[in-house]
Amino acid sequence: MLAKRIIPCLDVRDGQVVKGVKFRNHELIGDILPLARRYAEIGADELVFYDITASSDGRTVDKSWVERVAREIDIPFTVAGGIRSKAHAQTLLSMGADKISINSPALLNPDLINELVDEFGQQCVVIGIDSFFNAESGEYEVHQFTGDESKSRRSAWQTKDWVKEVVARGAGEIVLNCMNQDGVRQGYDIEQLRTLRAQCDIPLIASGGAGSIEHFIDVFKQANVDGALAASVFHKNIISMAELKQQLLANHVVVRPLEQP
Amino acid sequence: MKVVIVDTECANLTSVKFAFERLGVSPLITDDAALIAAADRVILPGVGTAAAAMRNLQRKQLVAPLQNLTQPVLGICLGMQLMTAHSEEGDVDCLGVIPAQTKRMQAEGLPLPHMGWNTISAVNQNPLLAAAETPYCYFVHSYAVAEDQYTIARCNYGEPFAAMIKKDNFIGAQFHPERSGAAGRQLLKQFLELGTC
Repeated sequence: MLAKRIIPCLDVRDGQVVKGVKFRNHELIGDILPLARRYAEIGADELVFYDITASSDGRTVDKSWVERVAREIDIPFTVAGGIRSKAHAQTLLSMGADKISINSPALLNPDLINELVDEFGQQCVVIGIDSFFNAESGEYEVHQFTGDESKSRRSAWQTKDWVKEVVARGAGEIVLNCMNQDGVRQGYDIEQLRTLRAQCDIPLIASGGAGSIEHFIDVFKQANVDGALAASVFHKNIISMAELKQQLLANHVVVRPLEQP
Repeated sequence: MKVVIVDTECANLTSVKFAFERLGVSPLITDDAALIAAADRVILPGVGTAAAAMRNLQRKQLVAPLQNLTQPVLGICLGMQLMTAHSEEGDVDCLGVIPAQTKRMQAEGLPLPHMGWNTISAVNQNPLLAAAETPYCYFVHSYAVAEDQYTIARCNYGEPFAAMIKKDNFIGAQFHPERSGAAGRQLLKQFLELGTC
């Protein structure tokens, strides 16, 4: 049976792993390679490296660390951030990234999704969506350039319409970042995820809000997502991967057990 | 041991190369038919679409040289599907070294692609996987080969399908051993240690 995936997310800025709260106030966590290696060893099912500055300040950043990660780890990983063209994507995939994730550039140029799918195949094109609940309108809205507080802004899309659009354009997977929940460890946005799950026939990954093992159990059992992404609970050792997987199995959520050394 | 990775111009060439390097061998990535023919082991990797990959192989005039190989050959993911007779993805004739068909998965309403870790179990005579083992392996695909007499490992996602196939010296794996942790590492190691097929 297909296992639910636990996906540590490493926010990368200038070649180092950082962590923010609600996309702000980034603090340094450590070097990329030792963290990637450690997560692969303790039983992470996949990793996401999110270059949080690349899209918002318009520069091309040094991504040579992608090849070093590919050389060392034997689980799949995705690279996100600032991928605006087929050439960018080609570079990262040829360095050994398994998937590329695009967010703001897809909002600016939705045809980019089709181009990437046609060139590299559906399986490696992930769409990241930053979704914010607007209490005034009562709607979930898609935000862009969230890596930089001064440039972060609302897009014209409501989340449910954008999900439909990217699926129609051939995306292979969606990572939904629930911005209201990000970094505050109060639980995933079950209601939003459950609604979108019903409308989405490609893999859906929950992101934003994980603070306890119960939050993971809830998001898998109640929203039936394919994977759950989290950062601070792993970076700060609030949750142990082994304990998390044991608890998920005890609660009848199928996960890949830890490998015996 | 000379290990060659066929340059299909697909994205996962690098990860496949690194996986063998972690096992202590240095594979050569090439599209040179003579070098491929002279290798002890040949890896046919692939992601993307069957039609595009077959076009690349035809342009490089590699179809007949690959069909004529007699040493152990391992096809990975799309590389496995290229070993079959025909793929529904782009309605394209493939290498046909294993008389199976690649078809779109039905998956009973489950999300596609089938993406993530799933268990496989050996059937028939599987030279790479012990009968009692059911390891989790990493899959990413929407097309698959149905179980038949060439199946040497099975998997299930809404429907049963072939996780590995084999005929003579040709072995295919639908999952990505290079991204399947210790289980994948063990499988690649077994492939390197295979006797003559």
